[in-house]
Amino acid sequence: MDEEYDIIVLGTGLTECILSGIFSIEGKKVLHIDRQDYYGGESASLNLTQLYKKFKPKKEYEDQFGKDRDWCVDLIPKFLMSNGELTNILVHTDVTRYMEFKQISGSFVYRSGKIAKVPATQMEAISSPLMGFFEKRRMKSFLEFIANYNDNEPSTHHGINLDLNTMDEIYYKYGLERGTKDFIGHAMALHPNDDYLNQPARDTYNRIMLYVSSVARYGKSPYIYPLYGLGELPQGFARLSAIYGGTFMLDTPIDEILKDENNKFIGVKTKEGIAKAPIVIADPTYFPEKVKATGQKVIRAMCILDHPIPNTNDADSAQIIIPQNQVNRKNDIYIAVLSSAHNVCSKGYYLAIISTIIETDKPHLELESAFKIIGQTKDVLMGIAELYEPLNDGTNDKFFISKSYDPSSHFESTTDDVKDIYKRVTGHDLVLKQRKTADEEAELAGLS
Amino acid sequence: MSASSQIPVKLVLLGEAAVGKSSLVLRFVSNDFQENKEPTIGAAFLTQRCTIGDKTIKFEIWDTAGQERFANLAHLYYRNAQAALVVYDVTKAASFIKARHWMKELKEQSTKNIVVALIGNKFDLILDEETGEEIEGARKVSVEEGKNLAEEEGAVFFETSAKTAYNVNEVFMYIGEKLIENLAKAQPEDNQPQTQTNRIDLTAAPQQNINDNGCAC
Repeated sequence: MDEEYDIIVLGTGLTECILSGIFSIEGKKVLHIDRQDYYGGESASLNLTQLYKKFKPKKEYEDQFGKDRDWCVDLIPKFLMSNGELTNILVHTDVTRYMEFKQISGSFVYRSGKIAKVPATQMEAISSPLMGFFEKRRMKSFLEFIANYNDNEPSTHHGINLDLNTMDEIYYKYGLERGTKDFIGHAMALHPNDDYLNQPARDTYNRIMLYVSSVARYGKSPYIYPLYGLGELPQGFARLSAIYGGTFMLDTPIDEILKDENNKFIGVKTKEGIAKAPIVIADPTYFPEKVKATGQKVIRAMCILDHPIPNTNDADSAQIIIPQNQVNRKNDIYIAVLSSAHNVCSKGYYLAIISTIIETDKPHLELESAFKIIGQTKDVLMGIAELYEPLNDGTNDKFFISKSYDPSSHFESTTDDVKDIYKRVTGHDLVLKQRKTADEEAELAGLS
Repeated sequence: MSASSQIPVKLVLLGEAAVGKSSLVLRFVSNDFQENKEPTIGAAFLTQRCTIGDKTIKFEIWDTAGQERFANLAHLYYRNAQAALVVYDVTKAASFIKARHWMKELKEQSTKNIVVALIGNKFDLILDEETGEEIEGARKVSVEEGKNLAEEEGAVFFETSAKTAYNVNEVFMYIGEKLIENLAKAQPEDNQPQTQTNRIDLTAAPQQNINDNGCAC
């Protein structure tokens, strides 16, 4: 198939598939290859046969939890913020046409041994069991300040400069307790640790606004999730790419990487022959020599349950965050809870995926507080992943490498990486254009 | 469901490259045919309404967008498909072998009540233009072979020509009738296998009232 392309993409993870779709819409000729025979790479959703093969190779799945095909277990547990950037990209590219989304029913936070709903509005603050009587009032004032803050109206600033004052100073001004800071910073602003406390408050303000506006969009929680699992996302963007002319080759290992005398990328050799392009985009697994370990390792425990999570009002889905301080850690623990309501497991079952950054040499013990929250498990599959990032930005050798998926609870860091790679490849910022609707496209093709 | 409401139906196309999948759809959707059509790029999601009795079916037709060339189609492609056309070229034996593969794949991947039609396309190529008789040796897949495969897999069988429009509307009408028949037979819970709660439309305009100033004092 000796052919020339504009861009070759290796790996069908979400980051790679979004870029493949965007570049195809822009008219670039894209060749997209994956060594595996399924879409999604590190961000795939697997059925139980695949999952047991990966994490418990000695134990084959034997239909003990219902039909294998009913299960779609995410390798990287994350939710979409309903007002977040991935939602924005999905809407602009109209990939929403290919899949269906549902709300996540609840957003919970752990405080002093219990979990409770994250209070996102002033109303919820007043009724939240997370705070005592006076603290509720202080939280209400704080949320009022956040909601009313307007850059152009100094009267709404209450003497605070978001670019100069630190977040800790704002907490101090509103007299908030440490436990309250924990759930604002970790369950609303979704910071993974406490580094933000001494940084200017602007970033945290933006993050709280994203949380609050995402809750306001559909009501129950700020999170949404695609039916049949996150693995649908790379598939949706792969379809977008294909529709705009992208060529997909799965189950195709790379036999050789071709470089010129200056070690610049020029192409790949596979069983189908040689394909050339001036640019390659790839996930870290394709070029171990061009990435470095960040030093962080993530542990993910996929737990199969036959009951909803206690104290969540039998929610069919939830995000539960354990802020680091609450359990004397440096990094938060996340629990993503899903059920058959999102078509990711057999009826009657629940899936809880626990993840955090490892801090000790006994990582499974670090998840104890999370196991206490979720209750009895039918089985647990555990994996540890090293996080990688590219050694350089690729502008010289034209190898553009993505980052590993971090343990954060949402996709904002993934879409940041997409935008970053886009800019490194093209030299300019990604500006999303609204794709034509199905009817408009049919009309353009002269078909209506 | 009121008689006037549209029934949306996801219909997927399967088959080897260049057997005329897109041409069949083009004929059905706009009664048109393009000689030497390029491989499918661009608009690969077409809709066509089809009135059968007092019901209107809105076919949402998914083309493969060439993804079948070097890759398995994504699960997403088959997801919730209610109808499928498995297409081969009556003058190419290899395309029939591929059709057999797709029929099997469908069985594994799709919902259980899917209506499947096996289509032998390019029927015009085996007819002598003058006499209207079959040209000897032009046909590489016999009617019996097609019928047998369809029967084995519980599908209906048609030979069509997107070029002359032969049998094209008939295929879609048959599928429409079959779907309506199934719908009438189905128990209400079979109709709505998934719960509809919490489903959202991402393209709906976001609400802007993030200040809830409701007084709780």
